[in-house]
Amino acid sequence: MTGYLFGFLALAALVMAYAGFRRGRNAAAGATAKVHSRPIYHGLNAAIWTGIPAFVFLLLWLLFQDGVIDLLVMASYPGADAMSGPERALLISEIRQVASGNIFREPTPEVTAAVAHLRHLQSLASWAMVAVVAAIAAVGAFLGLRAIESRFRARHSVERSVTWFMLFSSLVAILTTAGIVLSLLYEALQFFAKVPLAEFLFGLRWEPQIALRADQVAGQGAFGMVPVLFGTFVISALAMAVAVPTGILSAIYLTEYASERFRAAVKPLLEILAGIPTIVYGFFAVLTVAPLMRALGISLGINAAPNSALAAGAVMGIMLIPFISSLSDDAFAAVPRAMREGSFALGATKGETIRKVLLPAALPGIVGGVLLALSRAVGETMIVVMAAGLIAKITLNPFDAVTTVTVQIVTLLIGDSEFDNPKTLAAFALGLVLFIVTLGLNLIALRTVRKYRERY
Amino acid sequence: MADMSIATGPVGTIGGPVDWKSDAMNARRKARYAADRRLQAYGMIAIAFALGFLAILIATLVYTGSTAFTQTMVRIDLDLSKADIDRDKLMDANWRAIFREAALAELGEELPRAAERDYFSMYTSSAAFLIRDQIIANPALLDGPATFVVPVSDPIDQLAKGLVQTDLPENQRRVNDRQIGYFEQLRASGAITQPFNWALFVNSDSRFPELAGLAGAISGSFWLLLVCFLISFPVGIAAAIYLEEFAPKNRLTDLIEININNLAAVPSVVFGLLGLAVFLGWFGLPRSAPLVGGMVLALMTLPTIIIVTRAALTSVPASIREAALGVGASKHEMIFHHVLPLAMPSILTGTIIGLAQALGETAPLLLIGMNAFITSPPAGVLEASTALPTQIYIWADSPERGFVARTSAAILVLLGFLVLMNGIAIFLRQRFERRW
Repeated sequence: MTGYLFGFLALAALVMAYAGFRRGRNAAAGATAKVHSRPIYHGLNAAIWTGIPAFVFLLLWLLFQDGVIDLLVMASYPGADAMSGPERALLISEIRQVASGNIFREPTPEVTAAVAHLRHLQSLASWAMVAVVAAIAAVGAFLGLRAIESRFRARHSVERSVTWFMLFSSLVAILTTAGIVLSLLYEALQFFAKVPLAEFLFGLRWEPQIALRADQVAGQGAFGMVPVLFGTFVISALAMAVAVPTGILSAIYLTEYASERFRAAVKPLLEILAGIPTIVYGFFAVLTVAPLMRALGISLGINAAPNSALAAGAVMGIMLIPFISSLSDDAFAAVPRAMREGSFALGATKGETIRKVLLPAALPGIVGGVLLALSRAVGETMIVVMAAGLIAKITLNPFDAVTTVTVQIVTLLIGDSEFDNPKTLAAFALGLVLFIVTLGLNLIALRTVRKYRERY
Repeated sequence: MADMSIATGPVGTIGGPVDWKSDAMNARRKARYAADRRLQAYGMIAIAFALGFLAILIATLVYTGSTAFTQTMVRIDLDLSKADIDRDKLMDANWRAIFREAALAELGEELPRAAERDYFSMYTSSAAFLIRDQIIANPALLDGPATFVVPVSDPIDQLAKGLVQTDLPENQRRVNDRQIGYFEQLRASGAITQPFNWALFVNSDSRFPELAGLAGAISGSFWLLLVCFLISFPVGIAAAIYLEEFAPKNRLTDLIEININNLAAVPSVVFGLLGLAVFLGWFGLPRSAPLVGGMVLALMTLPTIIIVTRAALTSVPASIREAALGVGASKHEMIFHHVLPLAMPSILTGTIIGLAQALGETAPLLLIGMNAFITSPPAGVLEASTALPTQIYIWADSPERGFVARTSAAILVLLGFLVLMNGIAIFLRQRFERRW
């Protein structure tokens, strides 16, 4: 029904656009004074008046409908005032389940009554929604059409609406950031109400099990994030160990040694590595690289885990090669020609020029690129979800399995999740840590790059 | 001229003349050139390593995935005219029993219990229902002997494709000697065929590899991208126009710019957390729905589109703007009638590349529950569904042997879509993009 309502609004706006266009044209035809706007603007104005207020109202209605209905149902439920928050939430979800036909046990008479009330309110609400939205659209259409006359500045009106839409659109970026920060903070604070902040930050054990029964042994779990963070940095360091030398060396070759044709052929091929979805790398790491690494470890006499940090790190490093390569490429290109030619004029070979002149001059840019790549590695999810381990462990052995922040976030939240146990909330606390770490890395990287740019 | 030959160097006395042709100088020059060549070689090795990895990745996927593009089918002749079927209630008949009896009658011999189990486990476990569906589509099949073609079960499919090591001891493989015997009989009689695996594109997910397909995932991804496009394209262009053409230089616009740049670098899993907490938790939208996934992906794609659009807008020459303003266009008319159409090819190129990134995005979709087991394609944006990358994730986690090949095949399909989208973007760029 809601879908039809959206369709109806779009159709009404279209019809009004045509009606406004016709009317604007007629007004212009009979006008004696100077006409301000072309008919199409009259039409657009009428369409905006018809569609936009009703559309916004419909969105707000849909947003608040369920909450209001819940409140009304609970207000009429006997004894609901005395209930605690979780009890109320449980009751509401039971009523909703019964109302949608999923009955697990015979509902109590109170619940049956509440279900009837809920159904009544729901049908009332949906009809009220249709009526109110249609009324708003009709009023808008009436006002929009009435305004049309030869002197009406329809174009100004339309342009004002467009400007408002553009301003709102550019605020979406701020709203998104605010949404991320607020939702992470809100859930993380709830988590810290159950698990002390100090334990989370400095605890050395990460065992996010929850008790099914209150008296279960070792049921509380441990939420110390140090091993998780440690594992993240082990895998990221392995990835950087692969990506940084390969990326910088390939950038050196492509910018300084390669012919134009070789560069034109190879650079897009390298970029393909960055365009492959990370889940593909993850599957490849599990299918091919992990068994190889295990065999390598065993041949070296090390007891290698099947999901070793090395496999995930190496594959992640390869994913990051084009990233570092293209950023170093930019850094080399930004070194002034005079420095390069000055070095050649002194008799230095290409290799000496690169090592003694270009590399030091481009270093800040390269460091910035490496930091950006590191922030990618820390936030990368699918490769580690598929190829890294689940058990948090503090070890530097690359053949051992470690876990990462992103792996824990995904495994804690996969499947159905309720927002009231520390296990789910822990994921948001980890998400907050991840957000802060990557944001910090990005800011440092951008600052390094910018500082460098100012020098030449 | 005499001064030119005076140089300082490690060889010869300081301030004295250097013999450039001395052995020491030759050795030094050789060492320097060797160092140069070494650096060049390292660069070559680095590139070869990266490209070699790419080649191995693609080759492995093609090698493991290619077997999933064919499916071993078995032809079976059944005479169902005497079976106990009420023709008005075809759905209600006991099809498993009917299939079993007809197949045994066709075989013409009584099998001991274990042999019978081995025999029937060669057919897909849904064989009876596939036959039912064919009969419902064409009830005339009940009138006499009829031929049906059904997929074989996953182990037999592996056997037919030569992926089962028959020289292993019997208890270490999933196909026993008796089944191999039956299979060889069937193959000798010409009942085994290996046509193209249309089921991979027509069916939705299934617990059984031989029946699992990507239809649900592909249509889920389609809805996701549609929602993502419908939100991020207009909002991204509007934001870019505002920031580039209208925004006053003040702290608010500075803040917006910093935010856009930061959002482009926020890990995708954090967007998933946002979707989970805000869209599912606070707004109460349905889990696993393409609408929610599309909204999350739109927020992720938005910075890309804004950045691309701003670059495209600035590249339109000032003369065009001034000409439009000069003949009396308003600022809005100048932008929407002249600048934006000229910038559109670059914007579309960037948008398609952004959507291609969104198509491969997995982590945020996992968090909002798009990894559910769903056996029918979604009919709209509010129905639970999977997407191509999450389907890959589900299959990669499945223990059945046949899903390894199917995961690779699904990845090849995903990569095919990415190549297609990027190809369109490159085509648009080369065909329509103007350089001033």
